[in-house]
Amino acid sequence: MLRVVPYLTVALLVGPILAGIAGAFLPAFGWMPTLGGSSLTLEHWAHLFQRPGLWTSVWISLASGLITPAVSLAIVFLFLSGSGGTWLDRWLKRAISPLLSIPHAAAAFGLAFLIAPSGLIVRFLSPWLTGWDRPPDLLIVHDPSGLAMMAGLIAKEIPFLLLMSLAALPQIDAPRRLAVARSLGYGPVTAWLKAVAPGLYPLIRLPIYAVIAFASSTVDVALILGPTNPPTLSVAVVRWLNDPDLSLRFVASAGALLQLLVTFSALLTWHLMERLLGFCARAWYTNGRKGHCDRLLAKAGAGGITLAAFAAFAGLAGLAVSSFAGFWRFPDTLPQAITMKHWVRALPNIEGPFVTALLVGLVATSISLILVLAALENEVRSNHPAGRRAMRILYLPLIVPQVAFLFGLLIGLEAVGVRPGFWPVAFGHVLFVLPYVYLSLAEAYRQLDPRWIMAARTLGNTPTRAFWMVRLPMLTTPILTAVAIGLAVSIGQYLPTQLLGAGRVPTITTEAVALATGGDRRVIGVWALVQALVPALGFGLALLLPRLVWRHRRQLREVH
Amino acid sequence: MPLRLQVFAVLILLALQFPLSPRAAEPDPGNWSAVLEEAKGQTVYWNAWAGEPRTNDYIAWAGKQVAERYGVDVVHVKLGDTAEAVSRVVAEKAAGTLTGGAVDLIWINGENFASMKRNGLLFGPWAESLPNFPLTDPDNNPGVRNDFTVPVEGYEAPWGKAQIVFYYDQAFVSEPPTTLAALLEWATANPGRFTYPLPPNFLGSTFLKQALLKLVPDTAPLYRPVDESDFAVVSAPLWSYLDTLHPQLWRQGRAFPANSTEMRRLLADSEIAISLSFNPAEASSAIANGEFPDTVRSFVLDGGTIGNVSFLAIPFNASNKAGAMVLANFLLSPEAQARKQDPAIWGGETVLVMDRLDPDERALFDRLDLGVASLKPDELGAIIPEPHPSWMEHLEAEWQRRYTDQ
Repeated sequence: MLRVVPYLTVALLVGPILAGIAGAFLPAFGWMPTLGGSSLTLEHWAHLFQRPGLWTSVWISLASGLITPAVSLAIVFLFLSGSGGTWLDRWLKRAISPLLSIPHAAAAFGLAFLIAPSGLIVRFLSPWLTGWDRPPDLLIVHDPSGLAMMAGLIAKEIPFLLLMSLAALPQIDAPRRLAVARSLGYGPVTAWLKAVAPGLYPLIRLPIYAVIAFASSTVDVALILGPTNPPTLSVAVVRWLNDPDLSLRFVASAGALLQLLVTFSALLTWHLMERLLGFCARAWYTNGRKGHCDRLLAKAGAGGITLAAFAAFAGLAGLAVSSFAGFWRFPDTLPQAITMKHWVRALPNIEGPFVTALLVGLVATSISLILVLAALENEVRSNHPAGRRAMRILYLPLIVPQVAFLFGLLIGLEAVGVRPGFWPVAFGHVLFVLPYVYLSLAEAYRQLDPRWIMAARTLGNTPTRAFWMVRLPMLTTPILTAVAIGLAVSIGQYLPTQLLGAGRVPTITTEAVALATGGDRRVIGVWALVQALVPALGFGLALLLPRLVWRHRRQLREVH
Repeated sequence: MPLRLQVFAVLILLALQFPLSPRAAEPDPGNWSAVLEEAKGQTVYWNAWAGEPRTNDYIAWAGKQVAERYGVDVVHVKLGDTAEAVSRVVAEKAAGTLTGGAVDLIWINGENFASMKRNGLLFGPWAESLPNFPLTDPDNNPGVRNDFTVPVEGYEAPWGKAQIVFYYDQAFVSEPPTTLAALLEWATANPGRFTYPLPPNFLGSTFLKQALLKLVPDTAPLYRPVDESDFAVVSAPLWSYLDTLHPQLWRQGRAFPANSTEMRRLLADSEIAISLSFNPAEASSAIANGEFPDTVRSFVLDGGTIGNVSFLAIPFNASNKAGAMVLANFLLSPEAQARKQDPAIWGGETVLVMDRLDPDERALFDRLDLGVASLKPDELGAIIPEPHPSWMEHLEAEWQRRYTDQ
């Protein structure tokens, strides 16, 4: 039974994924009879390549896909290497995981309000320091090279990579590696980079690839912080898809395939760099140098993390204040009046979508978790990497741009007679939740010392009993983390919810995005806070549960 | 043939037959009492942009009224972009869902309407059979029969009126510039304090059309398809105007706001001091909502501005057409239109023509306090009709060619 699960999972997902990709592929080559496209042609590609600014869009997307993960990873590694267990380090480690629960769009809105020329920081410094009684005309948000967008992404990806690293670290026995290196006289940062990092990196490679895919194809963050003219490729694709001129949908499909290519290029480039660096680093590992400005590097890591945490929290605090704001003129540091109006207006509309979002999230995450656990258990037991290869298809939904992919899926579901509703939405969420659950759990699962299970088996336990009594309890923390991430991913889904539910399955996210198009920061503030609440609950549980359940098992109570 | 196979074959035949079975009879819009009868108990899924809490509240109110009076339940499907509903209908048609579609009514106009109509995605004609339709005085009010010059032909019912107005903050602007030359002069004296949304956003594109209409010596060619005139020659004054204007814009024209709501936020944050909108009551309702200081006022350009009408359309495969028609008719009633026009509720201009109403009905509108920042109907000036849609496409393409990626 267990042996068929990976194939079952893949079979279950491969139909929707194929339908989705076909939905992008066929129109790109002119096939879409509903809109009068009934012959295969390359003309839409020609149109695509004539779009002004196309190559700039491509470059920005590619750059974002490489710079974002590189900077995030560097900060996370430097922070981990330099964190010595001071109270600040411990606090940062704890504070960072709630950051993960803030949806990308909400974090981006918060950051935009923080750094804009009429934003919080300038308000705090004006006019007493800057002399500005009107916002300066500075191009900070929406800058043409996408720096603000990358900053926003980095602030969001740092918590993700940090959490992934913290979940993986116990698997490689970092304290002992570090102790050995330190006893040989290596400085703290150098010891970590030479002894721990090479073991950690392979464990978080998949999450990094997910970051690359996301950073090169994000739509919501790019809309809020990214360049406008031309925008990133993904935003350009959305614009063409939403254009009233339905013939532009062919160009949009070609654009979606180009986006796929860009994301693949980013992944490939990263992979090659990885090889190159690995090759070059070999000499460095063994050159015997014991220190590399360790203190400076540690400070850089701590500084980077603190800045990211500050930006995200301050942005969210700005939105929170906005949600109670009456009239708030520039350069007032605080609103002139405080009002409950926006909350009172929103509250009656929150309960239903809140419950729906929670239900969809729980269903999608549970299905994903069961499938992933079964697939991993099968892989570990049979020591059979075929399932592993098959599971790679799971990454496609993360890499193919949602807009194009979902349209094909929609046609597929309609064609087999599935009507919009709760279950298509929950199933659609599985497509995007499952890969994240898989990548956040897979390495921890595989790396668990096989001798634990062997010991259980030699004591006369069946494999099933060993799974329930030994493996699951030992993996409580990574599993709960995976659940929390799955929940957060599900809550963040806008397009799958809207398209597969025909708008009839309203969640807090569909409500929030619809209201966000109205641009009233106070309304956005209300909904962003509500939106952050569900995943925050998930992460809170992921932190609390192991402490409660394992209060008598110190080694299992991993500190995060 | 063994029994099992026979059953199987019958099942397959049934499955194949199902989509071919005759379609349920469509409601006859001409027989209004039958429409009311059929509508009872239906649930109408109304797909409408939901970016504005006040709009959403109004839609919720209308749904409640229709439920109480006609037994039609209304579900507001909240959209971030009308294109989401269009996508849904396109996908359903592509998949062969010819009845029982998920979208019953769409808030729509302009290019979205033109392409849905052109691609056979709409049900109709029905709109001119609505009992309240004559209140729009269609014979003397061509705006309700032409959507961006595309003949409506009963495929959508008018709902609201829009007209370009500019608004400005008196704290920073002493005299509003009411001509394009004055606007350029003001922008040069106040660099970075004016901008317009990024075309092809419809408000941004409308600004281009508006400017072109004011800059050409003869507007007649703009109302004919673009192929009938020399685009480069006719549009030349616009590009030379924009070439001078852009360096004076917000962010030196290197970034543009996405839409009218971002423009509103920029004005609220004092980043810009002059903005524009398609809703003549935008400034008043933003003041009432505590977004704007009460120093904001509206103005229009000398000689009038572009105006248009927004509509409600029913997709060809809608499940609840009768209910959708009942809802559209209610939304066209003097009661619903007057409530919509009230800036304290929403501030959306009515499509009804006052001399078609009873004195009681007219009183509903006369009573409204249009707000300190709204222009009175006679101050709004002439409404200039939208040019032929082909101009919009060409202007957008040329704009992108000239100003993208500089």
